[in-house]
Amino acid sequence: MSTPHDAMWEKLNLDLDAHAGLLQVLGKFYGDIYMSQTGRLKGMEYLDFVLSEVHGLRIKELQDAKAQGKKVIGTFCVFVPEEIVLAADGVQVGLCAGAEAGKDAAEKVLPRNTCALIKSFVGFKLSRLCPFIESCDLVVGETTCDGKKKAYEIFADYAPVYVMEIPQMKNACDRELWRAEVLRFKDKVEEVTGKSIMAPRLREAIRLVNDRRKVLQRLNRLRAASPVPISGRDALLINQISFYDDPVRFTEKIGHLCDELEEQVNSGKGIVPKETPRLMLSGCPMAVPNWKLPYVIESSGAVIIGEESCIGTRNIRDLVDESGESLDDLLNAIVDRYMRIDCACFTPNMERMDNIVSMARDLKADGVIHYGLSFCQPYAIEAFKVEKALKAADIPMLSIETDYSMEDVEQLKTRVEAFVEMVR
Amino acid sequence: MKENIAGIDIGSRSIELVVLNGCGPPVHQVKVPTTFDPLAQCRRLMGEVSAGRVVATGYGRKLFADFAEDMDVTTITEIQAYALGARFLFPEARTVLDIGGQDTKVISLLTNGKVGKFEMNDRCAAGTGKFLEFMATALQVPLESFGEYALGSDKRIQINSMCTVFAESEATSLMARGEKAENIAMGLHLAIVQRTLAMLRRVGMESPLVFAGGVAHNVCVRKTIEEQLEEKLLIPENPDMVGALGAALYGKGLQPGTQ
Repeated sequence: MSTPHDAMWEKLNLDLDAHAGLLQVLGKFYGDIYMSQTGRLKGMEYLDFVLSEVHGLRIKELQDAKAQGKKVIGTFCVFVPEEIVLAADGVQVGLCAGAEAGKDAAEKVLPRNTCALIKSFVGFKLSRLCPFIESCDLVVGETTCDGKKKAYEIFADYAPVYVMEIPQMKNACDRELWRAEVLRFKDKVEEVTGKSIMAPRLREAIRLVNDRRKVLQRLNRLRAASPVPISGRDALLINQISFYDDPVRFTEKIGHLCDELEEQVNSGKGIVPKETPRLMLSGCPMAVPNWKLPYVIESSGAVIIGEESCIGTRNIRDLVDESGESLDDLLNAIVDRYMRIDCACFTPNMERMDNIVSMARDLKADGVIHYGLSFCQPYAIEAFKVEKALKAADIPMLSIETDYSMEDVEQLKTRVEAFVEMVR
Repeated sequence: MKENIAGIDIGSRSIELVVLNGCGPPVHQVKVPTTFDPLAQCRRLMGEVSAGRVVATGYGRKLFADFAEDMDVTTITEIQAYALGARFLFPEARTVLDIGGQDTKVISLLTNGKVGKFEMNDRCAAGTGKFLEFMATALQVPLESFGEYALGSDKRIQINSMCTVFAESEATSLMARGEKAENIAMGLHLAIVQRTLAMLRRVGMESPLVFAGGVAHNVCVRKTIEEQLEEKLLIPENPDMVGALGAALYGKGLQPGTQ
């Protein structure tokens, strides 16, 4: 079937047949998981539209921006400071890496026991399936885990890769390292875009990204209501889309959705009955279209009320201080804000335990499901500490380890249903 | 006469049906193999009884609920079914171990009988009934007497692999070295027991422990677990019926903590 975007995809050198197949599967998957929900709000239509045009209109926008001389910078991690890219008049897109397509190709250059997320971004590139990767003038990697760190060395053979070093502890010397990395990144962005970053533009960019964080914080606060006004699937989708949609438009649209949600909350209406068990997700990020576990959970009689994850609160909890005068002040504010990220790549990372417990309490969670991607050592090991912290707070936790394949869905259902029976 | 309440446990290897009426012992209980057509087996079983309400559990619970649209069917997970059944048979139980055809479950019960925590094996069937079945076939011993056979060993050898395929090649190389078949059988049983004990430790096992599920029939697994834990296990008379019994009890409104 031909589409109005075929010529654009061809120009981006996508494998057109395989790509059409991918979009078809994605469309069906979305239909089954999202469109089957009842009582969704009007504001979600925007998200449905954005997702239906994920490889279409949004890519067109990126091409138009490029034609105007703007640069597109792709990222895989919440550590990459978008403020710097925006201040240089660039466009930043989070590359998703949430599907199994391309796995065979990835396994030709990576060990099989590599996490699904890494295999996915390498696979998408090798199979020429992702128009975002193909639109990027620079792809920014980072050293959050050994798997990613080493995979970028291989990925660099196929894409313009730049790697940021992420510290592993939070001492003064680690902050120095991170500050040096932020400055090195600023230089790189200036070189790629040909623009100098000045204080006024950087301040504006900080405000813009803070505004997006604030609207997502507002969304999360509304989910503390009982009954909860929005499904976890929809909230996850909003967080996922925040990584690649135009930030100004996104913030405005989600603001409208929040207004609508607020009305629901004020009139005591929810997406599910009040007594539905409320579960919180914690752990590895779930990138588009990895909706497997949320779907299993929400078809087992529970509702998800929060995501303690990079595609969730880890990305939006902290704001950058906007008050700095000089460029140096603003850059320091960025350095400090990003150092607060509680990624499992840090040791001892006790702040993550505190954040999980207080988030579960604020959202009135009946239980927490810890989600780890197979072969993701940092989160797998930290799951034991998370369980201990939650146990001390008298909050039950179920630990799930899985990947993007569908082969374990039945076993997952049994465990999730049993957990729901347990917390009910 | 009160209304009959049925509990049906549709497992990977067998299907069990228990029918309760009032507070007495089951008025009917039966076990059949699952076969390649579990629905036909369920239909046959249900055709022999009349029940006002059915509670289905096991991996085929959804399949059953979809087929039995004309009946009043509720579904619960095996975890809850085994917790309820074991607690009913042994009110003092604090931990339940169920080794079934393709999965192993360990359930820790709170003092009020509610599920406090549980562990299940992942997607692969290592260390389950299927493993024993496969190995019994490899050693050409009937599954029913495999435990007895292993107890005829004169030394304990270690089988390191828990994967069914790898364990078989390990057993084959032991055979090629002239190792006595009974000793290999014992090694295979010990491998299951070690894995089970690790799961028990993960949930923070407390005594007494109920051992249920089809593998509880195996005398060697029972004996070695008791030996390693240095305590007596509580084993139901019909260990594979516990899930179906728990399901039927759920149907009676006997929820955990309200007994």
